[in-house]
Amino acid sequence: MTAIEMPGLALVPRTDEKQSAKDFKTDQEVRWCPGCGDYAILAAVQGFLPELGLRRENIVFVSGIGCSSRFPYYMDTYGVHSIHGRAPAIATGLAVSRPDLSVWVVTGDGDALSIGGNHLIHALRRNVNLKILLFNNRIYGLTKGQYSPTSETGKVTKSTPLGSLDYSFNPVSIALGAEASFVARTLDSDRKHLTEVLRRAAAHEGTALVEILQNCNIFNDGAWEPLKDANTSDDYLIRLEDGEEIRFGKDREKVVVRGDGGHIVVANADEVDPSRIIVFDSHAKDPGLAFALSRLAHIHSLADTPIGVFRDVARPSYDRLVREQVEGVIESQGPGDLQALIAGKDNWTVS
Amino acid sequence: MVRAPGVGIGAGQGETVTAKATDQAQAGKSIVPLGHVVIRFAGDSGDGMQLTGDRFTSVTAGLGNYLSTLPDFPAEIRAPAGTLPGVSAFQLHFADHDIMTPGDRPDVLVAMNPAALKANLGDMRPGSDIIVNTDEFTKRNLEKVGYAANPLEDGSLDAFAVHEIALTSMTVEALSSFDISKKEAERAKNMFALGLLCWLYSRPTEGTLKFLRAKFAHKPDILAANIAAFEGGWSFGETTEAFSVRYEVKPAKMVPGTYRNITGNPALAYGLIAASRQSGLPLFLGSYPITPASDIIHELSKHKNFGVVTFQAEDEIAGIGAALVASYGGSLAVTTTSGPGIALKSETIGLAVSLELPLLVIDVQRGGPSTGLPTKTEQADLLQAMFGRNGEAPVPIVAPRSPGDCFDAAIEAARIAVTYRTPVFLLSDGYLANGSEPWQVPDVADLPTIEPGFATESNHVDEDGNPEFWPYLRDEETLARPWAVPGTPGLMHRIGGLEKADGSGNISYDPDNHDRMVRLRQAKVDAIARTIPPLDVDDPSGEARVLVLGWGSTYGPIGAACRLVRESGHAVAQAHLRHLNPFPANLGEVLRSYDRVIIPEMNLGQLALLIRGRFLVDAIGYNSVRGMPFASEELAQVFNDVIESL
Repeated sequence: MTAIEMPGLALVPRTDEKQSAKDFKTDQEVRWCPGCGDYAILAAVQGFLPELGLRRENIVFVSGIGCSSRFPYYMDTYGVHSIHGRAPAIATGLAVSRPDLSVWVVTGDGDALSIGGNHLIHALRRNVNLKILLFNNRIYGLTKGQYSPTSETGKVTKSTPLGSLDYSFNPVSIALGAEASFVARTLDSDRKHLTEVLRRAAAHEGTALVEILQNCNIFNDGAWEPLKDANTSDDYLIRLEDGEEIRFGKDREKVVVRGDGGHIVVANADEVDPSRIIVFDSHAKDPGLAFALSRLAHIHSLADTPIGVFRDVARPSYDRLVREQVEGVIESQGPGDLQALIAGKDNWTVS
Repeated sequence: MVRAPGVGIGAGQGETVTAKATDQAQAGKSIVPLGHVVIRFAGDSGDGMQLTGDRFTSVTAGLGNYLSTLPDFPAEIRAPAGTLPGVSAFQLHFADHDIMTPGDRPDVLVAMNPAALKANLGDMRPGSDIIVNTDEFTKRNLEKVGYAANPLEDGSLDAFAVHEIALTSMTVEALSSFDISKKEAERAKNMFALGLLCWLYSRPTEGTLKFLRAKFAHKPDILAANIAAFEGGWSFGETTEAFSVRYEVKPAKMVPGTYRNITGNPALAYGLIAASRQSGLPLFLGSYPITPASDIIHELSKHKNFGVVTFQAEDEIAGIGAALVASYGGSLAVTTTSGPGIALKSETIGLAVSLELPLLVIDVQRGGPSTGLPTKTEQADLLQAMFGRNGEAPVPIVAPRSPGDCFDAAIEAARIAVTYRTPVFLLSDGYLANGSEPWQVPDVADLPTIEPGFATESNHVDEDGNPEFWPYLRDEETLARPWAVPGTPGLMHRIGGLEKADGSGNISYDPDNHDRMVRLRQAKVDAIARTIPPLDVDDPSGEARVLVLGWGSTYGPIGAACRLVRESGHAVAQAHLRHLNPFPANLGEVLRSYDRVIIPEMNLGQLALLIRGRFLVDAIGYNSVRGMPFASEELAQVFNDVIESL
């Protein structure tokens, strides 16, 4: 059991039984390609869930279609493998009608941002109590290698032999623009960071969007390599920590500062006035800084890519508001009387 | 002002009526009893004709008349004023005996402007009455609808009894002492017309006054003006020479009970709430606004004290998706839409077939294809409901036959969905949704119980003898699978749209398993027929050689047509399908016991296609897709022609 407050799980029944990762594994053979980043994420989720101490039967994984969406079959909880792109909408029905459930959505960059873009933004704006894990590998895997909405422009794939022409989406920017109350980015291969982000997402009341940079070793191998390679990651990755200056680089020599025009830039620490170095706060009411940070990364080179929780603010969840509205009406009007309802006010009697 | 003084406003000619002057009424005008009357209120979209019709209907229902109504309005909220596309109409048929339709043709047309006259004149019989608002017959308004000359002056209406009344200016005059603008005064002209018609047909005023007081409780000036306009219309009737007599339609003899007037959409909403109560399952509606289904979400969202959750989703797909998985969580899940919405929901209906979860899919049909005729009725989604999915994906279908019947149809759809763990289509239509009839309010103690029968324990043992849960281990009788909701210990399971192994529900691509699962899903839907009552045939003489088979909202027009046929001395049998998939078990036998089967439909023969395919019966289709219900005289002619050909 964790010491942190978990308003997002306040109504989910707990168990005193000791759980382990093994309790969350099913007897189904995992059918991802050997070497797929999904294995690491599955292991991290199965390893992390026991610490929440929830009754397993009150956890539900809902997915759409795609490689990542096979996830529910491997979790010994309740689960629904649904329709391409629709998981956020589908899971909304469960979160709204069953406050005693911890509802997780597993999706990918094609599923969430292409065919399901509409559902994703509406779940975020409503702040439904869902934890959305978006596995971003910048490619379509299950359909065997077409470019995705997060692929970099110019991507050569089976459907774009001359290079893709589409400009790419940035999942964190989209989520922030869609009024998300919790937005984070993490890496499939960084178990510790991934687990910490999952922990905060689980605790959050409302929609938590977690972008997990995930490697498809078959169709887009090494897509995030500069962020993972021990030789380069310190220079490329910006780890956001609440209350800390935003610093990175092998010798922590690079900082993020406010530029003159109100924008933010990366600078050498010894070349700037220390008072201009940004101290990060994921709880800031204004999403401006979080959005600016989401724009920092270079789409192609991946230089200056922040990871961590960009935004974590309290806003009543949609499902709570729905519940309170229903309960409020029952309290003020009394429970419904079906006979009175169907008889209406304008009726007459024939004897 | 009055063109035809002393000419009484008449009664319908389609059904038997006696009309003769009797009592002396106040102001020296006699009251003439009528058997039934069809009135059509027609005006500009902004003239308040739907409200006027609704109010007249409400007081008429309160008087105990049988009635049937047909609102007919354009899809545009306010088309340009005074134009033909902007005409909105409301037809009401009321009687001292039971009637089945809103009437083929009006006996009385109230035309608030030249456009309303022009759009509706073609439906009027010679000799019928037309009340026109002369104030609107200006040169400009006449030109707008292509009248070269004023029809009130050129003799083109000589065949009708025309009552020329300056409705607008008299309303403005009646309200001259009120502190409201001229425009606001003019807007009350529908209340003046309502007052006049209420006087003419001896309708009580109290109900309308009560309604106005509630509607304008926070606008005292507007309230006073509307009441003055309504009373002004009533007084005008009493004093004018335009009407020498007034009429009454006596209450009809009805089965004892409590009655109310009801339109189909609220009845359907009540049926859903009743099904929720009778099953003990909380009601979850996932929906997206679409004409003519939106009134269902409007109605349900007013009744949250029944524990109803209404979710207005971002689109049709989200609406049904949220509903489907609310069902996984143990709600009575519903999605409501019209034909274009069904097209968007098809993939999720397919998933519901695969997941085998209860789900009500309500399609209030409208004219198609595509956006089609949003405010007009049609029955052309039957084959979409039947077949509109990829793969073999059978879905049960039920259809209500009248506005009040939407209540029972909703409960029946819920019974099938919950009992058999399946999506169920309920096919209403625009005519049922917006049309009204008196409805005998059921006693809720008599409503059927629906048993969810949630799974609570394991149903299988694994190779090592340990208990386990198989989500696709079926009930032998119903072939339904167990419904185990999240939160139930020990029954954790995963389901999805991939083919599942028979029993265990694990993903399976095995060819024989797929063949078996496809057949099992079909067999489960077929098995529902065992719980459907046999098809009832109405053949009073027992000598009919021709059967008329219908489904959905054609029940009233077909029934009225059969009465006309029988009155003309012929025998005809009528049967009406509540269940379209599966059909009642005795349908084939019924069809084969008649020499001819006629199937009237507001489509190009969709039920006929199913009947011919399933039973090899050479059914004769009679089809119309005009966005309007069948006229009973038209159908009677068709039936008589077939009968006489034998």
